[in-house]
Amino acid sequence: MMRIALPLGLALGLLAAVPAVALDTTKLPVKDVDFSFDGPFGTYDQGALQRGFQVYKEVCSACHNLDHVAFHNLDEPGGLGFTEAQAKAIAAGYKIPVDPNDKGDIFDDKGVRLTRAGTLADKFPPPFANEEAARANNDGNLPPDLSMIVKARDGGAHYVYSIITGFKMTPPKGFTVTTGKYYNPYFEGWNIGMPPPLTDDMVTYSDGTKATVAQEAHDVATFLAWASDPKMEERKRMGFGALVFLIVLAGLLFFSYRRVWADLH
Amino acid sequence: MSGQSTYTPKSGLEKWIDQRLPLPRLMHDTMTTFPTPRNLNIWYTFGGILTFCLGVQIVSGIVLAMHYVPNASMAFDSVESIMRDVNYGWLMRYIHSTGASMFFLAVYIHMFRGLYYGSYKAPRELIWIIGVLIYVLMMATAFFGYVLPWGQMSFWGATVITSLFSSIDQIVPHLGTAITTWLWGDFAVGDATLNRFFSLHYLLPFIIAGVVGLHIWALHVPGNNNPLGIDVKSPQDTVPFHPYYTVKDAFYLCCFVALFAVFVFYAPNFFGNPDNYQQANPLVTPPDIVPEWYLLPFYAMLRSIPQKLIGVLVLVGSLVTLVFIPWLDTSRVRSCRFRPLMKQFFWAFAVDAVLLGYCGAQSVDAVAFGIPLVWVARLGTIYYFAYFWVIMPIVGLIETPKKLPASIAQSVLGESAAAPAE
Repeated sequence: MMRIALPLGLALGLLAAVPAVALDTTKLPVKDVDFSFDGPFGTYDQGALQRGFQVYKEVCSACHNLDHVAFHNLDEPGGLGFTEAQAKAIAAGYKIPVDPNDKGDIFDDKGVRLTRAGTLADKFPPPFANEEAARANNDGNLPPDLSMIVKARDGGAHYVYSIITGFKMTPPKGFTVTTGKYYNPYFEGWNIGMPPPLTDDMVTYSDGTKATVAQEAHDVATFLAWASDPKMEERKRMGFGALVFLIVLAGLLFFSYRRVWADLH
Repeated sequence: MSGQSTYTPKSGLEKWIDQRLPLPRLMHDTMTTFPTPRNLNIWYTFGGILTFCLGVQIVSGIVLAMHYVPNASMAFDSVESIMRDVNYGWLMRYIHSTGASMFFLAVYIHMFRGLYYGSYKAPRELIWIIGVLIYVLMMATAFFGYVLPWGQMSFWGATVITSLFSSIDQIVPHLGTAITTWLWGDFAVGDATLNRFFSLHYLLPFIIAGVVGLHIWALHVPGNNNPLGIDVKSPQDTVPFHPYYTVKDAFYLCCFVALFAVFVFYAPNFFGNPDNYQQANPLVTPPDIVPEWYLLPFYAMLRSIPQKLIGVLVLVGSLVTLVFIPWLDTSRVRSCRFRPLMKQFFWAFAVDAVLLGYCGAQSVDAVAFGIPLVWVARLGTIYYFAYFWVIMPIVGLIETPKKLPASIAQSVLGESAAAPAE
């Protein structure tokens, strides 16, 4: 992972020109961007969540799973702020593979997988039937599940943002992009299987926000942060109450302690 | 202080119970009137804090076990379902995962306090040895628990640690492998391993609770050591446990819980590894396999030895060494407060432990300031063993301790400590 073994011929060719220094392809530090949910009082920006969901739905979901997120999460407090009716409508737009029917079939006469409309209880269905199908459709690369990606990577949402906006740079001299991969210095080893996923105006935001790549990336990173940690707002709110309580209690205990010990000194 | 009981049953019911099962008498004598040195400082509140930690882990763990599925193909999803679908499941899990780190933070402070004030010395050797046993049980419990979410670090951590037993192959061919296979219940870490680890993870805390009972029982025979390390000589040196230490312990416990809450609510994954939010995959080895922070110093020792079997022996030896401390310390004086030389070696040891932890967190080939960390870890390992086996016995013999105060009361109240305090 740490160092790319260059093809011998290329290495020899380079030896003639520059001193042999193994290229360090450690990923770059994440980009420093601000998110609404940073800090102890940060909350999710509902507009960003809804826009980010749109980016996920229209772009990312073509390849990436969102295994742990259910449609009923969409109308839960501390989240996207959809109504139950809106969440139901979104769910109904998805086709969920059915269990075997009364004849024991999961395919119809033409061999097409039987499906039904999604309900609030369903989770987001995966784009591919299994890992093999996912790899077969992505040049052998496996697009990771995105429902935990922010918790599962160092740097969290900043990492996701950096990766998505980290394409289209010129690789440094001496670095060869592997065939079928893309150059992205924010990814460990610099060779990433994902092609640049976003372009300007790839989605059309209904709230009039200009859909630059940076905006889309920031929105989808916010959405994925929520997908990883849907209870964050509840957690921070409860934490504030708990700490106020504990500090007051500690104060009372401190004065009791001083009072009880006063007669000893 | 296992003196006469001062319990007098107040009601007919209490008298009736006292004659049949003197449990109220026990509680009264150990938690109310128990004579406790009057000079215990903040570092002595961690015993109570640790009891609290054990309680928190058991209660939150029992709730988690109601929702967790110990099955290799379902464990990861069940943990995520606890985080998302179970009411306050995220709270229970974050309390439990952060609680493990807070438990170890407290136990390390407790152990270093014991080392500094010589609390292991006669007549408290058994308290110390039972404490070492609790510590080892805690490590085992934490290791089993870390495997249960079945993330990448769970799986690979389990693989690395259980594979240590295969080093026995170097002494008796095939025996180590046989033991490893027996531990796994399979030819690799898998479903069978996860199931037995869950079973043991549920069992060990109750064994710890039992051994903690012995620890406290053993403590209540000679009574507490104290920062001066001198014996209690008169009733003036002590105060009743209640209310003096119940209120003091409660205050510091509350501060500790506030720190605990900061992590649970504002940095719940601070002690965790992001890789553990990826499901276990036997086909993908993470670039760096790192154990939880509280095991890092031992991990650094293990890795610094190029020969696997010797590495394992060093690891085991580092823990077994702790058992012998009461006899390795040859000093007549308990507390480092009066041991100018030993005090310096003690703080060097504390730095060494942190340094080893740092080395354990870095990758094997890491270099800091031009020095390969594996060599830093080797020197750190040598100092760890030298501190107990060489420095402790020799310094105790050659050091001239400072003059000890005549009594605890005199030290606290000054020379004019003639009048009774209470």
